[in-house]
Order: sequence, then structure tokens, then C-alpha cells
Amino acid sequence: MTAITILVDAFVTALEVPRSEVNESLEYNSHKQWDSTAHMILIAQLENDFEVMFDIDDIIDMSSFTKAKEILTKYNESISF
Amino acid sequence: MNWEQLITLPVYQLNQAEKMPLFNQQLVELAHYHYQHSENYRDIIDFLYQGKLPEDEVPALAVRLFKHHLLKSISTEDIFRITTSSGTTSQQVSQIVLDKENALRQQKVLATIMKQWLGGKRLPMLIIDHPKVIKNKFSYSARGVGIQGMSLFGYDHTYALNEDMSINIGAVSQFIDKHKDQKIFIFGFTFIVWQYFIQKLKEKNTQLGIADAVLLHSGGWKKLQDKAVSNQTFKSQLNTVLGNVKVHNFYGMVEQTGTVYVECEASYLHCPIWSDVIIRKKSNLAEEEKNGIEGIIQVNSLLPTSYPGHALLTEDLGIIIGEDNCQCGKKGKYFQVNGRLAKAEMRGCSDTQS
Ligand SMILES: [Zn+2]
Repeated sequence: MTAITILVDAFVTALEVPRSEVNESLEYNSHKQWDSTAHMILIAQLENDFEVMFDIDDIIDMSSFTKAKEILTKYNESISF
Repeated sequence: MNWEQLITLPVYQLNQAEKMPLFNQQLVELAHYHYQHSENYRDIIDFLYQGKLPEDEVPALAVRLFKHHLLKSISTEDIFRITTSSGTTSQQVSQIVLDKENALRQQKVLATIMKQWLGGKRLPMLIIDHPKVIKNKFSYSARGVGIQGMSLFGYDHTYALNEDMSINIGAVSQFIDKHKDQKIFIFGFTFIVWQYFIQKLKEKNTQLGIADAVLLHSGGWKKLQDKAVSNQTFKSQLNTVLGNVKVHNFYGMVEQTGTVYVECEASYLHCPIWSDVIIRKKSNLAEEEKNGIEGIIQVNSLLPTSYPGHALLTEDLGIIIGEDNCQCGKKGKYFQVNGRLAKAEMRGCSDTQS
């Protein structure tokens, strides 16, 4: 599976949203499914799927689908979306 | 000074001479900002001060005003979230209007303060509550919100209780065993930790023998005071049943989320750099000049920009113990909270006081 597929799958599973809604415009708290509870579920999902452990500040900063890509790349340079 | 600079200030290192001129200047600027941007705030101030914000002081609003009015300093379309909390003294809930910037700032400040107590790394986290408390996505309880707010400091979040508030001993033992070589983070509400965890473990004669943990708890002492449980008793019983656990209570309120006051090793609550505590006399609400005398707690915080909650008169009683000289080494004011103002006394307070 490509990194982008894993990422989209993680969002679909954690936020319980259809694939079509996981795109560049998906933002924390703008989409009603992405609230603070879902956020921690998403974090756990991403950490599991990409085998990383985020810093506290990055959890706070991960406010959009786009931002998630950017942060993940910081943790693992071999990931590209 | 803007927030990019303010957030970089050390949390507990500036003394009075270093902090207060800077803090007071920021607070006065903030009051003027709200006077300009909040129609609600301007109306209140104009009414009480004959159409002008006082030059030399920042008036405090009674915290219960947020239960009766939606006070905001932003336009309706910029509202990002409204946080609510149930008060213990009435059925009314406080409604706090946040824009994106203010919500993010609250989280960042909370994180910066918590790192002082937990360290910079996320820790395995044991939550002394049941998982259902956060399940209902669209109507969080105050407990749920509190747990949410703290969960970003942990990983492998494990709930210690079942839905009927009994201990899920299997989950707890497994968690402790799995992380026995690491420091763990335990979080819960004061009364729940005491009643449904410590007391129940004690009854069963169970000792968990935790090697290294930090426990943070909050939510007020009222119910424990009713049972005549002191902070000292709380800590010593907790250490008996749990093991080697550093215990820190913290004080804070939804009206000023972010600036929390955490209890140090010497059992005093400490002001972080971004907030200040003042004690007011019960009789006339004048500022108590001397330390060591009980009065009503006023909290000032630089965080609120989307709502005029920068200076609030609480309904809590407390004492400022001192400033810059706590035995734990932290600078700034340190204090204790003694309980809540009686209902009858609350009625005597006007809705604002400077
Ligand atoms: Zn101290």
C-alpha cells in the first residue's frame, strides 16, 4: 500500500467518514466528525500505521489532512505523499 | 509583546519585579482590546464606570456572568467552538466563546505548563474514569472535556473503571505490568480518584506497587472536605495503595482554560507566567494587601482574546501564601484554595468589581 492510501484509510477509520470526504479541505473541528475525541483516536491510528510517536506539540498542530502529511514526513523522511 | 513571544516565557522563573510590570501592561492592553471589540463588555463597563474603562485598573467580571450571557469579543462567523461547563452551584452552564486562535492558544499554554510537571515526552496514561464518559461525541460532560484535554499528554490510554464505577482490575494490572519500566501518567477527578479508586483498592487490601508515576487530579475538594479528607490524607493513602506516585492537584476553570494552577511538592498552587491571582476581602471586595489572609479569589489571565474573560472574580475562597519564595524553588505567587463561597455570600457580590 502506498503511504497516501494508508493515510486516507487511517482518517476513514478514525473519523468514521467516507473516503470522499478525506481530502485537502478536511480540517479539525470544521468537519463535525473530527472533534477532540476523534482527534486522539486519529493520533493513535496514525502512530500505529506509520510506526511513529508524535510529540505533544505536533498533536496540537495536526489541524488538517494537509498538516498531517507535513508532520508525518517530519518523523519519517522516507514517507512521501 | 505578541503571543509568539509570550508563549516562550519561562513558566515559573520570573520574580515579581520581572513579571508584574510586563503582566500588568499586557492585561491593561487586553482590557482595552475587549472594551473595543466586545459590545457586551463595553456595555457592562460603561454602565459601571460612567462610559469609560478605568485608566489604572482592570475591572473583574463575576465568573457567573458567563452563565447568564454569551459574552464575546469576536463576530459570530469567527466562532470556532463554544465550551461549556456545568457549575456546581447552579444548573446554569458557563458558555465560553472561542475562535480558532484562542482555542489553539489554550491548548498550547496548557501543554507548556503540563510539560513542567510531566516532562516533555508523552507517557503511558491511566485514566481514573470509565470510557463511556467521552463516548457521546456531541454532548461532552465537563468530565469528558477534562479527560480529552489531558489525553494528549499520554498514549496507550487505559480506563481504570467500568461503567458502573467499579475498578476494571484486569485492565489496570495489565497496564501497570506492561509499563512497569517506565514512568506512567495517571489522571482523574479528585473525588473519583478518592472514592472509586483509592478507597476501593484499600477495601480490597490491594496494593498496586507502581514504581514511578505522576498523578494529576482536579475538580475541587468540596466532596472530600465534607468527608473530612485532607490533602495530606489523600496523598498518604494514595501512596499506600498505588506505590511511588507523585501527586499534584490542579486548580483551573473553563472560563480560563489553559492557565491552570498546579500544586507543587510543598502542596501549594503556583501561578504560571501568563496568569495572576488576587485575593479580595469578602466584606467589601477590596484587594487584600497582605498574604496569608483568606478571601475571594480573582484570576487574571492573558489568554482570553475571543471573550472578555481576562479578569474574573471566582466563587472560590483562598489564601495567597507568598510570592517568589516557595520552598520548591518556583518563582511567582503561590496560594491555596480553601473552598467555595457560601451561596448567601455570593448574592452579596455585585457582578463586577475592580
Ligand atoms: Zn512551590
